[in-house]
Amino acid sequence: MAQAAAAQAGLEAAVVAASSKAGDTVADRTDNVISTRNLVRTYEVGEHLVKALRGVNLDVARGEFLSVTGPSGSGKSTFMHIVGCLAKPTSGQYFLDGEDVSQMSKNELAAVRNTKIGFVFQGFNLLSRTSALDNVELPLLYGGSTLKTADRHRRAKDMLAAVGLADRASHHPNQLSGGQQQRVAIARALVNEPSIILADEPTGNLDTRTSIEVMGLFQRLNMERGITVVLITHEHDIAEYGTRIVAFRDGLVVTDRPVTRRRAAADELAALPVEAEAV
Amino acid sequence: MGVLMVLRVALKALARNKMRTALTMLGMIIGVAAVITMVALGTGAQSSIETQIQAAGTNMIMVSAGNFMSGGVRSGQGNASTLTPEDAMAIQEVQGVQYLAPGVSTRGQVVAGNLNWGTQIQGTDVDLPLIRSWPATAGAFFGPADVASAAKVAVLGSVVHEQLFGADVDPVGQIIRINNQPFTVTGVMSSKGQSGMGQDQDDVVYVPYTTVMKKLRGITYVQNITVSAASAGDTAATADRIATLLRTRHQILDASEDDFMVRTMEEMASVRVQATETMTALLASIAGVSLLVGGIGIMNIMLVSVTERTREIGLRLAIGARGRDVLLQFLVEAIVLSLVGGSIGIALGLGLSEGVTLWMSWPTKVSPQAVAVAFVFAAITGVFFGFYPARKAAALDPIDALRFE
Repeated sequence: MAQAAAAQAGLEAAVVAASSKAGDTVADRTDNVISTRNLVRTYEVGEHLVKALRGVNLDVARGEFLSVTGPSGSGKSTFMHIVGCLAKPTSGQYFLDGEDVSQMSKNELAAVRNTKIGFVFQGFNLLSRTSALDNVELPLLYGGSTLKTADRHRRAKDMLAAVGLADRASHHPNQLSGGQQQRVAIARALVNEPSIILADEPTGNLDTRTSIEVMGLFQRLNMERGITVVLITHEHDIAEYGTRIVAFRDGLVVTDRPVTRRRAAADELAALPVEAEAV
Repeated sequence: MGVLMVLRVALKALARNKMRTALTMLGMIIGVAAVITMVALGTGAQSSIETQIQAAGTNMIMVSAGNFMSGGVRSGQGNASTLTPEDAMAIQEVQGVQYLAPGVSTRGQVVAGNLNWGTQIQGTDVDLPLIRSWPATAGAFFGPADVASAAKVAVLGSVVHEQLFGADVDPVGQIIRINNQPFTVTGVMSSKGQSGMGQDQDDVVYVPYTTVMKKLRGITYVQNITVSAASAGDTAATADRIATLLRTRHQILDASEDDFMVRTMEEMASVRVQATETMTALLASIAGVSLLVGGIGIMNIMLVSVTERTREIGLRLAIGARGRDVLLQFLVEAIVLSLVGGSIGIALGLGLSEGVTLWMSWPTKVSPQAVAVAFVFAAITGVFFGFYPARKAAALDPIDALRFE
């Protein structure tokens, strides 16, 4: 029964989501890292019922670099919270890695967040007075991981190396630049080898050059490691670093298009004047 | 998350803000140290009283006159005129009695040359030095002949000796005047210091009890009789026999009240010990309040800490911490605070107790129970006062927590 309903919803979604393949089967959904079916989320604000999401159908394939844009109040934040398993939809279904997570309990969601989602925030959200290494290790402490201390250190070090901060492992956040802090946060997001990286306005607190660097890192991780990236941003030029742009308005997806002239951060960085290189 | 991991996370969180951690612990440290020191002081006082009483002789029995009633006015203990020298002589025959000394006292002005001193004039018998194991340093205590003849002889306490003659002058053979009557000094008592009751035992002049009765007060009764039992173990039984004898002699019917009182030193001691126990309990409860305040301090800081660290909690929840993990982290933080604080407090309390004895020469005795109770209480405080903030932290919504400014 549920499958039939999901299939029905999937058919409708296929109409909206231009990039999703024709036909909808269970096997199809498992190919997608993210697959939402008629996602609805309402809030009660006083006596009013605010509809933040009005039935969103969206499929994100593995290895995609999706940019989600939209003005404030468009529902993109709510969408991100549900995709990030921080909130549950009022109705509809959300398949993450082929698994229906829309009806999971709080603790189950915590486990999903721990293993399948890597968060990158606008404000970095690093623990103060804590070394970069310890910050990166943090997700490994939760979710019943049985790693030994030495193994945790090694994995955290590998991730710091992957974001180019191997030599800053013992630095505290206040000893790092904004760009470096965001890279530590990205290393933290990667450490549990998640299915997706969910970046919420990751360049919002950074200057142009550092923004390009961070976007370059995302592009590199996306291309070299095949990590699925979901980028939430209200800046259109930042969105152009992705492979596909989805625009929200009034709780619905209004545009869904592939990026035709994708920006390449590495090239842009090489083109920047040399004297500005000190970060 | 395993227990060890929770502990590690909590310790790291505490280490991140060392100043706050130290200040929070301070409340617990002071509380625990205060409890231990106060109880040590109380217990010390108690055991020193016990030692004093042991020294005074546990085989002492005090027989004192009861109160009398005249026109509805009751005079109070020791004022009845029912206890007589004949009673004393009869008590001498009671089985188990070794020494006894009837006592009757008055206050008087003592004059020697151009110096005078107001003091206690204590009438007693020749056996007093034996009963109290209290020898004379100069001269000798008066003898049986002096008692029999109600002679005007006096033995000075060391304080009176100093006040009237100066410590270097030998007063033996000198004449002093007590209430304008001349007395010959036969000896000086060695210094004995304060009694278990806090009186200066050296500020006294001993004269034969017969002299006080006939020459100073003009009465035919005595106020008390100090008895020593032949063996300490027999004291209570001897006291009972004395009471029975006096009831017979005073013709008191079974149903009526005694006109005298027989108390053993042990009974009096237990009253004192009880008093210090009350004192100890009082001190301990005051110290307990500071322990409680320390606990509330921990709760206070933890609550502030939860607010201050809202974003941290949000982040932890976002990267996969369950509510339970956050609850445990904060709870363990509170428990670590109170236990480490408690341990330092115990060390400080032991040091303080030692210091008080060393510098103020107050007797202290650290009781293991007080240490155990303080430690357990510190742990309970941690759990109790840590739980509310921890639950508050665990109940946070990750989205709201991450947005918190």
